[in-house]
Amino acid sequence: MAEGIKDKVVILGMGCTRFGERWDASPEDLLLEAFLECIEDAGIDKNDIQAAWLSTHIDEINVGKGGNFLGLTLHLPYLPITRTENFCASGTEAFRGACYGVASGAYDIALAVGIEKLKDTGYGGLPDSPAFGQMAQMIMPNATAPGMFAQLASAYSARYKIPMEKVKEAMTHVSWKSHQNGAKNPRAHLRRPVTKEQIMGSPMIAYPLGLFDCCGVSDGCACAVVTTPEIGSKIKPNEDLVKVKALQVSVSSGEEIWYNKWDGAGMITTRTAARKAYEEAGIKDPRKEINLMEVHDCFSITELVTMEDLGISEAGKAPEDILDGFFDLDGQIPCQSDGGLKCFGHPIGASGLRMLYEVYNQLLGRWPEERAVKDAQIGLTHNLGGVPNQNVCSVAIIGRD
Amino acid sequence: MVGIRSYGGYIPRFRLNRMAIFGNMGWLNPANMMNAQGEKAVANFDEDSVTMAVAAALDCIKGFERSEIGGIYFASTTAPYKERLNANIVAGALAADERIRTADFAGGIKAGTTAVIAALDAVGAGSVNNVVVAAADCRLGKMGSPQELLFGDGAAAVLVGDEDVIAEYKGSFSSGYDFVDHMRGAESRFDRQWEDRWIRDVGINQFIPEAINGLCEKFGLSPSDFSKIIYPTYYGGARKKINKVLGLEPEKVEDNLQVSVGDTGTAHSLLMLAKTLEQANPGDKILLVSYGSGCDALYFEVTENIKKLAPRRAVSGHLARRADLDNYTKYLVWRRIVPADLGLRGEEDKWTRWSLVWRKHKLILGMLGSKCKKCGTQQFPDQRICINPDCGAVDEMEPVYVSDKGGRIFSFTSDMLAASTNPPAMYGGVDINGGGRFVMDFTDCTLDDLAVGKPVEFTFRIKFYDSKRDITNYFWKAIPISEEAE
Repeated sequence: MAEGIKDKVVILGMGCTRFGERWDASPEDLLLEAFLECIEDAGIDKNDIQAAWLSTHIDEINVGKGGNFLGLTLHLPYLPITRTENFCASGTEAFRGACYGVASGAYDIALAVGIEKLKDTGYGGLPDSPAFGQMAQMIMPNATAPGMFAQLASAYSARYKIPMEKVKEAMTHVSWKSHQNGAKNPRAHLRRPVTKEQIMGSPMIAYPLGLFDCCGVSDGCACAVVTTPEIGSKIKPNEDLVKVKALQVSVSSGEEIWYNKWDGAGMITTRTAARKAYEEAGIKDPRKEINLMEVHDCFSITELVTMEDLGISEAGKAPEDILDGFFDLDGQIPCQSDGGLKCFGHPIGASGLRMLYEVYNQLLGRWPEERAVKDAQIGLTHNLGGVPNQNVCSVAIIGRD
Repeated sequence: MVGIRSYGGYIPRFRLNRMAIFGNMGWLNPANMMNAQGEKAVANFDEDSVTMAVAAALDCIKGFERSEIGGIYFASTTAPYKERLNANIVAGALAADERIRTADFAGGIKAGTTAVIAALDAVGAGSVNNVVVAAADCRLGKMGSPQELLFGDGAAAVLVGDEDVIAEYKGSFSSGYDFVDHMRGAESRFDRQWEDRWIRDVGINQFIPEAINGLCEKFGLSPSDFSKIIYPTYYGGARKKINKVLGLEPEKVEDNLQVSVGDTGTAHSLLMLAKTLEQANPGDKILLVSYGSGCDALYFEVTENIKKLAPRRAVSGHLARRADLDNYTKYLVWRRIVPADLGLRGEEDKWTRWSLVWRKHKLILGMLGSKCKKCGTQQFPDQRICINPDCGAVDEMEPVYVSDKGGRIFSFTSDMLAASTNPPAMYGGVDINGGGRFVMDFTDCTLDDLAVGKPVEFTFRIKFYDSKRDITNYFWKAIPISEEAE
């Protein structure tokens, strides 16, 4: 019987660059910026790393395929390096690889890196690429990410008979809240607070998503060094250690896109991964036990439905919780305390690790008063890659005992 | 008895008011004012001669089994492919058997009727039966030219067979003249014409009467024996002259659809025929004439079977299904007459992998799905493992084409970010009637036409055009329809 990952791995150190339009920074610069912070935090030397996992999504305009970029840039001594690509969950997949490497006993110390250099595409939004293969190009709409996620809103509104105006009002609060948080974060991409009127009035990108319902597309890098609790305690004898409580991934089965049962108002993968993660972490009532979350708010509607998919809000009730301020920085479960994808930015391969970076530092109480989540013990991160009807979801839970 | 078993028509939804064209281009050619009456039918950004021919052919075969189709002839002077048989694309969209006779007819705009004669003769000879003849054109005039105003886009189709014919074929007369009134070289996209007066006096006024007289002589008839006479020309003077010379009663001469559609080239005589058949009665003698590089004249007599034909949109239905194309420059961009900037996103290279296309051609062209023999679940695209999670049977499928099933909107959006010559790109989830779900483009609609639960029908359209390699790819899209129309 599988035991799961709970308490078998600790995060020894993390690093994360400022996200944004880093026109002057090469991927190598970004990597170094995050990596140096990470190993300093971990209190180790580069040569202590025994294995590494590298997450990137769009290799063509980024750093290429394979693990070579990491080995070549850091001049790692012929280490086992594996590239992970699983849409927007790629970063969490790198982390999962490193954790499983340590938990299996194969390695003492492992590195997970996520990086994406998106701002060399020459245009806004994610690059147009045959992400679902050559056949999809022949028969699927020439869809964009906002267009695919926007459909959650039409299906959600129809499913729960909530007028689109009300859904849009809650979506607006989601973006407003992330801008409030992002404004306080020096590493965030978008650092201006905006009014709800500005959000509501922003130009339409894909109905009903306006510009401010969409996250920033950024350059950035984040990384983590993980080890066993025993080694962690030796390296950091007098410090709190953040332990990995659960790591779950769920991938679409085809039912969402091809079968007629899915309601289109949320993600079956998130519902599945969350259920398994709570089981793995021993969480009975997530609404009461989780203290903060970083979820995949690629679009405001994604965050809205995710609150239900994660079992925090009841079905059809996320708009109410959102408008009640339940997920605001001073709410019961602050969500996106760093600004989220919306404002911290979304360099795809790095995002999962960026979320862990935020929760990790919040759990250790390292952030200034104005943006701290007090006394947090359990945090959750969530990635959703691909598009709602064929996606990859990852859920990670980390905590401080 | 050999003849026409069925007919169909197609006129694209968009109509461009000719004054809108003249308002933009009249400065270049003020005399074009005389051509600026009425409106012309304009193919949508995702339509071309092949898609319009498919639409007309589908209208035509309503009520008939696709498995009965023994041949598909496609006629057009604006086919998307010079090499790659366009008729096979039409056949694929119709999900016809592939072991049938297919052919493209082209060259002159009389090719539409020539294809019909070829089908009639082949059926008469007993060599094939049930041949779908679909003609379509989407001809271009240069900006400011008379042709830009006079030409329209459209398609028509007839089913030629030897059973239950609605119009019996009696015979034909043909001529072929290297009379170059209009021409396009192999490398040209735009029509070039010689002087109107010469075309009218030496071409139309001579060749059409010759064909009509030739046919009448052959069968011992006089033009006045016909109850309906169809010949194409947008020259008002020529119509008067021909009617007078042949002693034709103007009320028996069918409307040339010039004010409402425009000259649809190879399709035009057949489009007029389809319109005529909508109103025809048993016993009507029809004289059908085409013009362009010569003439074909065909003689039909309508039978009792016409009363039994399943209802269809035909020409009148499509004429009524219209929307104004609100601006001339959209037309220019859609027809690739002027370059438009779709942004860098629009420059991403999209390859067509022909070996993949061949492997999946029934899915791409015909919308092939499957139905599980174990649990009865219909699914699309065709699956090997049943999509029903409670079944999961492996390789227990039978093929089922879903292109004629229609469906209901499950989710939708209207996307300004996607590179398109017709933004916003509208697409969403569609639950296919009878089972199965897919994400499809919506077309011939606006955002206001989209709502969760609304019925849609499927239409064969251009999926994307690869300008670097001159490849047009096709797939099916969804058109929202009203509840009553379902």
